[in-house]
Amino acid sequence: MPSLGADMDAGTLRAWRRGPGDEVVRGDIIAEVETDKGIVEVEVYASGVVERLLVEPGTKVPVGTPLALIRAASEQTTPRVAIEKPRIATSVRSSTPSARKLARERDLDLSHLRGTGRHGSITRSDVAAIAGSVELAGVHEPAGTRLRASPLARARAAVLGVDLRRVEPTGRQGVVIAADVDRAAKAPTRLSAAEAGTQTGMRKAIAAAMARSKREIPHYYALHTIDMEPALEWLRDRNGERPVQRRLLPAVLFLRAVVLAIRDFPELNAHCDGGRAEPSEAVHLGVAVSLRGGGLVAPAILHAERLNIDQLMSEFQDLVLRARAGQLRASEMSSPTITVTSLGERGVEAVLPVIVPPQVAIVGFGAIQTRPYVVDEKVVARRLVVASLAADHRVSDGHRGGKFLAAIASRLKEPKEP
Amino acid sequence: MSQSVPLRPSDRDGIRRVLIESLSYVAPEADGSSLQPTADIREALDIDSMDFLRYVTKLHALTGIDIPERDYSSVSTLRGAETYLALRLGVT
Amino acid sequence: MTAATATYREAVRSGIRRAIQQDTRVFLMGEDVGRYGGAFAVSAGLLEELGPERIRDTPLSESAFVGAGVGAALGGMRPIVEVMTVNFSLLAIDQLVNSAAALRHMSGGQLSVPLVVRMATGAGRQLAAQHSHSFENWYAHVPGLKVLAPGTVQDARDCVLAAVDDPDPVIVFEHQLLYNVQGTLDDDAPVADVWHAAVLETGTDLTLVTYGGSVPKALAAAAALRSEGINPEVVDLRCLRPLDWQTIIASVTRTHRMVVVDEGWKTGSLAGEIVAGVVDRGFYELDAAPERVCSVEVAVPYAKHLEDAVLPSVSRIVEAARKVMPRHG
Repeated sequence: MPSLGADMDAGTLRAWRRGPGDEVVRGDIIAEVETDKGIVEVEVYASGVVERLLVEPGTKVPVGTPLALIRAASEQTTPRVAIEKPRIATSVRSSTPSARKLARERDLDLSHLRGTGRHGSITRSDVAAIAGSVELAGVHEPAGTRLRASPLARARAAVLGVDLRRVEPTGRQGVVIAADVDRAAKAPTRLSAAEAGTQTGMRKAIAAAMARSKREIPHYYALHTIDMEPALEWLRDRNGERPVQRRLLPAVLFLRAVVLAIRDFPELNAHCDGGRAEPSEAVHLGVAVSLRGGGLVAPAILHAERLNIDQLMSEFQDLVLRARAGQLRASEMSSPTITVTSLGERGVEAVLPVIVPPQVAIVGFGAIQTRPYVVDEKVVARRLVVASLAADHRVSDGHRGGKFLAAIASRLKEPKEP
Repeated sequence: MSQSVPLRPSDRDGIRRVLIESLSYVAPEADGSSLQPTADIREALDIDSMDFLRYVTKLHALTGIDIPERDYSSVSTLRGAETYLALRLGVT
Repeated sequence: MTAATATYREAVRSGIRRAIQQDTRVFLMGEDVGRYGGAFAVSAGLLEELGPERIRDTPLSESAFVGAGVGAALGGMRPIVEVMTVNFSLLAIDQLVNSAAALRHMSGGQLSVPLVVRMATGAGRQLAAQHSHSFENWYAHVPGLKVLAPGTVQDARDCVLAAVDDPDPVIVFEHQLLYNVQGTLDDDAPVADVWHAAVLETGTDLTLVTYGGSVPKALAAAAALRSEGINPEVVDLRCLRPLDWQTIIASVTRTHRMVVVDEGWKTGSLAGEIVAGVVDRGFYELDAAPERVCSVEVAVPYAKHLEDAVLPSVSRIVEAARKVMPRHG
């Protein structure tokens, strides 16, 4: 409400001369206002498009009250406004080449866009503004797909081994905060639920997978006795220099040897569905982990081929800890491309393992035991391990399987830094 | 998460407390205090080499003593571990 | 012990008096600091007390008398130069940035500039755009300068004494709104370590980082927050260059949330530097995006209600603090 005289402090809106959607130019008569001195025509003091009328005719309002909202010609229209006014689509509007190019790149329909260029032509910045709004509105990235977690929550989740995707967020805008991670870490894990009674569920799962394996997969087996002296001496020297937190376990040497050897036997690092094997570029190394209180899981160390031996050790440790805490990730459960089982811990000499479908091979290691062994025609005491392979005969033959075990053996005979 | 502050035990009781805490860290469901002092804890608690490594790591964290691999056999029973830690800590 | 109630103004005056009495090389100069007693009455009575040799009125030329201060410092004196407000200090910024800050470096360490420049800063007294801006960040940007901004009565005295004691140029910012604030002044206490931040109140939920004239606002906001169950820690930076990252990071490591209150404009502000530094040094300690409460980016208006709307206020600090807290916090 403009001041139409030094003594005026309020005015009554009598009538609107223009309505929403009308273009107005500075100086146009837009409304009639009644003051103590009579009816006065009100000029508009900004050019643009009337977006909204804010005061009903007949209403008395104080000086300074906004009467209408005018969008200036220089202001970019919002997509909301543009979409509300589809009639613009019927009028042919020109657009600049770079605007059209950007629209093609972003897959946007220009016919719904109101331009801010000369004569209403659509400029690149119009398209960019719309593209930006579209992205902000989440069209390119549907809401909820990207995990939002605070830096502290991420750091804490990594330490506690909590899967952030399984945490109920309480932060603003659905952000997972540290307290949420703490709560999730304290919540009963799936393992304790298993202990409480769904143990039979895990048993059933193992039963189903193993029965399917034995029913469908024609297994063949191969064994290879490996002299572990060089590897264990190397390990002793290496661990001797390291604090306890950075020591390696013999089991990691087995894992490392399998990862290195499998490179030359891609057909064994594969999934087989419906009789056709699909070799995998990545080595997602399944590790059979026995759970305290019974049961077994074989989650994967993802991309084991990218890890040096220290990284492999820490991933292995992390995986076993989380497996036993019931905090495995779905991706780790479904992705192994070959599995290693090491029953040596329980003292058995050798293991004849069962392939986990849809994988096509599994490598076993027995206990490292001191046994008589022939070296240079003499019987000597050596520490030995029996490595075993069970593989799918539809995919590979015993000859290849034997060579694979020999490759593992040669890696273990010449241990070295990655 | 209970964070243990490294507190070097200064007597036999302290050492025993550290041992029990380290064992219950790797085998929370086990009752460390009812273990036979001469039993091999790997057998008695059914723990594997990784859990044994965590047990040794925990002992290190609680006492500050780095236990080399060649001494693992010395800490594989409660009595052996107590004697070993007492010696290393200079506790009589 | 002689702890007594005093105003911030009296504390600054006490620091100047003591510095002059302790060291014959120290003197005060500036516009109207003598006969008039200082534009903010900081030096009232000092001319009579200490004499015209030590309390010197200067012509109205910031470039000239700040330059004279640089020269006096080079010549072995320990001048305290008063510039009326930080707005006017821009007329002397060449002397401060191109000369005082750089001379030790340019002379290969042969020259020291033990100069203290005190100036009033900030808004809140309806002195409009000519006298109300906060340019602390301009000086805190410059290597070779040290910048102090006392926010309490005791620090007001200690900052003067610490600055006079320093072998390099030190800028001391005194917020206009603080001069009449009363607090405890222990005139016999040893000079505090004002080069490091002070944790004024400990808390667990978020860290309010602030300095100078925003300190009382942050303390008032902290009290309001406590009444709604949010427990903030209040860090008074005191020294704006060099910044005390250790104290800031230690606090954020305790609380994991931060609101910075800075009367400067947000763009290119000290508040921005503090957020960036915390992200550099403590990213994985943050449990929420830090908030900044700064002045609205306009020239500070004259009208009271507009000036109030532009400046950081207790309610805006409280609002920002709520924003960094979790929904159910």
